[in-house]
Amino acid sequence: MRRLVLILALLAAPAWAVQPDEVLDDPALEQRAREISEGLRCPVCRNESIDESNAGISKDLRVKLRERLVAGDSDEEAVQYLVDRYGEFILFSPPKEGANLVLWLAGPALLLVAAGVGYGTVRARAAARTPETLSDDEQARLNEIMGS
Amino acid sequence: MITELGHFALILAALVAVAQTVVPLVGAHKGWRSWMALGDPAATLQFILVGFSFAALTYAFVVSDFSLRLVFLNSHSDKPLLYKITGVWGNHEGSMLLWVLTLALFGACASWFGSNLPASLRARVLGVQALVSVAFYAFILLTSNPFLRMQAPPFDGQDLNPLLQDPGLAFHPPFLYLGYVGLSMTFSFAIAALLEGKVDAAWGRWVRPWTLAAWVFLTVGIGLGSWWAYYELGWGGFWFWDPVENASFMPWLLAAALLHSAIVVEKRESLKAWTILLAILAFGFSLLGTFIVRSGVLTSVHAFANDPERGVFILMIFGGFVGGALTLFAARASAMEAKGVFSMVSRESALVANNVLLAVSAFVVFIGTLWPVFAEMVLGRVLSVGAPFFNAAFSPFFVLLSLILPVGAILAWKRGSLKKALTPLWPVAVLAVSLGALAFAMQTGRSALGPVGVALGVWVVGGALTDLWQRTGRQGVTARLGRLTRLPRADWGKVIAHAGMGITVFAVAALMAWEDEDIRVAKVGDRWQVGIHEVELLDVYREEGPNYMATKADMAIYRGGREVGVVHPEKRVYPVAEMPTTEAGIRNGVLRDVYLVIGDPQDAGGWAVRTYIKPFANWIWGGSILMAIGGLISLSDRRLRIAAGAAKRKPAPAGGVPAE
Repeated sequence: MRRLVLILALLAAPAWAVQPDEVLDDPALEQRAREISEGLRCPVCRNESIDESNAGISKDLRVKLRERLVAGDSDEEAVQYLVDRYGEFILFSPPKEGANLVLWLAGPALLLVAAGVGYGTVRARAAARTPETLSDDEQARLNEIMGS
Repeated sequence: MITELGHFALILAALVAVAQTVVPLVGAHKGWRSWMALGDPAATLQFILVGFSFAALTYAFVVSDFSLRLVFLNSHSDKPLLYKITGVWGNHEGSMLLWVLTLALFGACASWFGSNLPASLRARVLGVQALVSVAFYAFILLTSNPFLRMQAPPFDGQDLNPLLQDPGLAFHPPFLYLGYVGLSMTFSFAIAALLEGKVDAAWGRWVRPWTLAAWVFLTVGIGLGSWWAYYELGWGGFWFWDPVENASFMPWLLAAALLHSAIVVEKRESLKAWTILLAILAFGFSLLGTFIVRSGVLTSVHAFANDPERGVFILMIFGGFVGGALTLFAARASAMEAKGVFSMVSRESALVANNVLLAVSAFVVFIGTLWPVFAEMVLGRVLSVGAPFFNAAFSPFFVLLSLILPVGAILAWKRGSLKKALTPLWPVAVLAVSLGALAFAMQTGRSALGPVGVALGVWVVGGALTDLWQRTGRQGVTARLGRLTRLPRADWGKVIAHAGMGITVFAVAALMAWEDEDIRVAKVGDRWQVGIHEVELLDVYREEGPNYMATKADMAIYRGGREVGVVHPEKRVYPVAEMPTTEAGIRNGVLRDVYLVIGDPQDAGGWAVRTYIKPFANWIWGGSILMAIGGLISLSDRRLRIAAGAAKRKPAPAGGVPAE
């Protein structure tokens, strides 16, 4: 379903993820291609990387990515090449710039806040103690009861 | 006829739920006993009615009554009986009916097993629970009625999505719902406590079994879903950070936090307001999860109802309940006075840290899940947030959690000593670090993920065992072994669940770090090496199933020249649904799975074949099962079963009962 629901309607013969004929001869280069393509989203699928996807467009992206790598692009250049053509939608990891910083920093920031609140709570509980001496009223009442 | 009776019973159940909301809540407010007492029979009646309604729908699926629109859309007469039954909840309307059935079931359970609750609290719990039901009855009857008929009944149905025709997925939704909806019970308890204006140790004790049960169900549900994804989707992925997976993961994280903070309420009468807030948020996230799944606002695999009307309705339910609850919370929370005093180094503080980490990690999942929607609506940017983000932003929380877990679990209540707690843990720490180092030395040129996973896993599991051993006192080994059998079940539950988490953390890291993969074109008779295994393609042929056609392969797996098994990966096509699926051939092993997938025939002859070596794959679900078992054992603890008179119980003396 993940790979198929939508896509099937668009494509006649689905082909499974990375095909044997796509694999590069140079294992190091192929490894790089695999790692990059795991982080790139198939543009027409639901939450699938082009590495897993069997959509035709994913195959195109995989092949194009490998072409760029063979042509000597760095990882960043190859990814940028694809982003320029397909938009930042294909990046599973949103670039750490602009408004996206909110996304990236929200976790650490909230952790700091929560840790601060937690620390405050614990400190308050550590500082609180049951009053050991009686207040004047209580002392008076006690005296009264004791009949002194 | 039965269908109409089912429809009618559903409407009646909704009316009973209205009565169950109004009468007991008014009664509790006014102090009228007879009004309060109505909650109990109403809860039982509501359950019977909605149970009948669900049975009627199931019957329609079993006999393939295609005059019912829902059956026509989601069933087929050739489908195996099991999947006719599971097809009842394999669609939006039916699953919502299952949802209200579960709501009513939990309400009825609260009535059946809640005899030791004070009358006003029980009335309020049942009232709030019924109010949640009312909202969902309205949702079903107004937007998602499962009992609609067809004008002209067709001869046969359109079949259930083939991916759902699988035992793992067939039972994944019911467990998830039991979990989601179980959290409605804690929510009802939280609101009832706010209405009562009283949260004490007894409340903590009553609310914990429900939280624990919900958490166990969520654990099983998520585990089943992940296991299904592993063997069914064809490349052995087990978690995708898909919005819908996240929708079930957030309540799981918060339920885990809640069940720990409820311990502090029960034992030490502290963290009351926070626990109430967590109970509200946990159920809020369940509702949010429902919204995410049903509205299709985040395009995702599971969104079978891309219907804005329904989405808006659920959003209103979500806003109403969470908004209302938070308002009530803001008005009443200040009345929750903390009683227990504890020092900076204590079990309580460790549980606060646990809550901080779990809650913030849930928030990270939340923001990552909704960021694409926010970015598109507010920033006008179409972007994706996927696994790389979550792996980077979420994992550190579980690393921290795993690091503090063994220490926190062993610290004394009220006032602990770090030195004392660490003394028995040093051997475990040394073992963990050395095994991690060993793993690092043995692997060549791979990421540090695997070794870190090994060290964390050993640390958490070893820490859990140390914790157990520490509980047995200081006498000789035989005396201590004897005491092991007499430990409270809650202690065993704690240790098993913690060990389970350690195992899962380790297995996830190991699988991600040490997986091997091979893609090739193979002809019948070809034999190739992957890691320490050899694989041979013996045969490929066609086979016909009850409602599908399959291309099936026989593949032999050898190790050290000896055959260790033959598996049969398949590629199926379901003609009615016009959909192919993969059935991987998996040879399960303790240390690794060999995972084989048969692909398409190649133009030049032969077949595309994938071989994956998945180290420690089964340990992921093994750990999840242990977590669930730990929860169940803890649930069976005498303390929780026999809570009679707990209302009058004083807060437990510090260091008295060993902690959960």
